[in-house]
Amino acid sequence: MGRYVARRLIQAIPLLLGISVISFAILKAVPGGPTAAYEGNPYFTDEDLRRLEAAFGLDQPIHVQYLNWFTHFIQGDWGYSYSGGQPVLQLIFERLPNTLYLTIAVYVTVLVVAIPVGVLTAVRQYSWFDHIVTGSTFAFLSTPTFWLGLLLIISFGLQLRWLPLGGIQTPGMDFDLVDRARHLILPVATLSLVQIGSYTRFLRASMLETINQDFMRTARAKGLLERVIVLRHALKNAAIPLVTVAALDLPGLFAGALVTEQIFGWPGMGRLFWDSATRSDYPVLMGILAITSTLIVLANLFADVLYGYLDPRIRYP
Amino acid sequence: MGISTPVSATPSREVARPGERGTWTLAYERFLQHRLAVASIFVLSALALVCALAAVVSPYDPEKTALLLIHEPPSIEHPMGTDALGRDLATRILYGGRVSLSVGVLAVAVAITLGTLIGGVAGFYGRWIDGVLMRFVDMMLSFPRLFVLILIAVLAKGMSVPAIILVLGALSWMETSRIVRGTFLSLKEREFVLAAHAVGVRDRDLIVRHILPNSLAPIIVSATLGVAGTIVAESTLSFLGLGIQPPVPSWGNMLEDATQDMAKAPWAAIFPGLAIFLAVVSINFIGDGLRDAFDPRHVIKRG
Repeated sequence: MGRYVARRLIQAIPLLLGISVISFAILKAVPGGPTAAYEGNPYFTDEDLRRLEAAFGLDQPIHVQYLNWFTHFIQGDWGYSYSGGQPVLQLIFERLPNTLYLTIAVYVTVLVVAIPVGVLTAVRQYSWFDHIVTGSTFAFLSTPTFWLGLLLIISFGLQLRWLPLGGIQTPGMDFDLVDRARHLILPVATLSLVQIGSYTRFLRASMLETINQDFMRTARAKGLLERVIVLRHALKNAAIPLVTVAALDLPGLFAGALVTEQIFGWPGMGRLFWDSATRSDYPVLMGILAITSTLIVLANLFADVLYGYLDPRIRYP
Repeated sequence: MGISTPVSATPSREVARPGERGTWTLAYERFLQHRLAVASIFVLSALALVCALAAVVSPYDPEKTALLLIHEPPSIEHPMGTDALGRDLATRILYGGRVSLSVGVLAVAVAITLGTLIGGVAGFYGRWIDGVLMRFVDMMLSFPRLFVLILIAVLAKGMSVPAIILVLGALSWMETSRIVRGTFLSLKEREFVLAAHAVGVRDRDLIVRHILPNSLAPIIVSATLGVAGTIVAESTLSFLGLGIQPPVPSWGNMLEDATQDMAKAPWAAIFPGLAIFLAVVSINFIGDGLRDAFDPRHVIKRG
C-alpha cells in the first residue's frame, strides 16, 4: 500500500507539470493580457508599454516566462497580483477557507440526505416513494445549477423574504452563528440538490446490485435482523463506489461553486478567479489553477487508496 | 441455371447480416419499452421544431424593443410575458432555442470527432501511443472545465458562436475517447478483427468497417448525454455574460438579463430556465433509454 501511494504520488508530478504548462500556454495563447486595458489610450506610449511588459516579465520568450514562474512557484513564491500587488498565496488563502466552508457544507448535506434516501429507494424498489424520488432526482440532475440558484433566490429571498439574497454574512456584523447559517442555506441548497440527485441514483443502483448477492442470502439465512442486513452488510459494500464518485465530483463541485459564488456574492475562490480573469491577473490565475488541479489529482488518488482500504479484494499493482 | 445465381446470392447476403441487424432491431424494441424516453423524443422534436419555425410560429420580432410593454406579466398576447426591453419572452425563447440547441449539438459533434480519433488511435495502436494519449486525457480531466472556459472567454473578451462551439467541443471529448479506446482495445483482439487483419485488410478499412460500427452504441449514448451537458455549459457561460452575446438571444443570456429585475419580473428568470430544463431532461431521458436499449444485460422492466 505505501509503495502504491508513493508510486501514484510520483506519477502525479508529470501530470501536474503538464497541467501547469497547458494552463500557462492557454493564458499566453488567448489574445489580450494585462496590457490590453491600455490599448488606444493616447497617454500610454509605446515606451510605457515596454516598461510595463518588462516589469511583468512579459517581454521575455514564453518558455523563459514559464521557467521563471515555475522556479519561483516551487520555492513557495507564487508571485504578486498584477492589479492589487498582494502576494498571490495570501490572496488565495484569504479566499480558500470560504470555498472549503461552502464545499464541506455541501458534501455533508449531500451525504446526510442521499444515503438514507438511496438506501430506502433500493429497499422499497418500485414503491411510490421510489418512483417519486427517482423522478425528482432525474429532474434535479437536469437542472442547471445557476438556474436553481435563481429560483431559490426568487422564491425564498425575494418573494417569501425568509433568507438573505447573498453574501457570507450580514455586512458589518460581528461573527454570528445564526446569521452565518442563514446565509449558508441557499448556496448550499443550490449546490446540494443536483449532487443529491446523482448520489441517490448511484447508491440506489449499487444497493440493488449488492442486495442480490450471495452473502446477503447468507446473512438472511443466519436470521439477522433486516435492519442489520441492510445497514451493516449491504450499505457497507454498496457505499464503496460512492467514494470514487465523491472524489470525481470535485471538479464539478468547484465549477458549480464558481457559478454559485457568482450568483450569491460569496467571497470564495470562484469569485477571486472571476475577478482575476476579468483583470488578466496572470499570477493569481496560475495560482488558482495550480491549487484546484492539485486538489483534484489528490482527491482522485485519495479515492483510489480509500477504495482499496474499504474493499480488501482490491490488490495494488 | 442463370436464374439460380441471384436467388442463391440473396440468402447468402442475409446470412451475413442478421447478427448486425438484430442488435439494432433489438435495441429499437428495447428503447420503445422505455416510455419516458420515447415521450422525450416527441417533446424534444416538438421543441426543436417550434424553435426552427420560430418566425412562423411567433408574430413578434425577437430583437424589437417596445418601451411601453416593459415587464408585462404573462398574458394572452404575451404568454410568457415581456422582458426589461418589452420584447416578447416566448419569441425570444424560441429564437434562443435555435442557438442553444444547435450549439449543444455541434459542440458534441466536435467532441465526438476528437474523442473517437484520439481514443481510436490510442486503442488501436496501443503501446506508448496509448500511454501518452491517455496521460493527456488524465490531464484534461484534471482541469476544472468551467474554469478554463471562463478563462478563455474572459481573456478573449467574448467569443463568436463558432469559437464557442470549438472550445466547448475541445473541452468535452475525454469521456468519449476513453469509451472508444476501451472498445477498440477489446475489439481488436476479437476473432473477426484478427481474421480481417489476417486476410490483409488495411488498418483504415479495419477501423472504419469492422471496429467502429461495433463501438457505435456507447458512442451514441455518450454523445446524447453530452448534448445535455453542453447545453448546460453553454447556458452557464452565456449566463455569466461570456457566451452568446446579446442582442442575439440564447437561453443563458436571457437569464442573465432577467437577474437585473428578478423582484419585479420573476417570469423572465423562470421561463428560459424552464426551456433549458425541458431540453436537458428530455435529452437525459433519451440517453438513459438508449443506454438501457444497447445494454444486453439490461432486463426490461415494466413500469
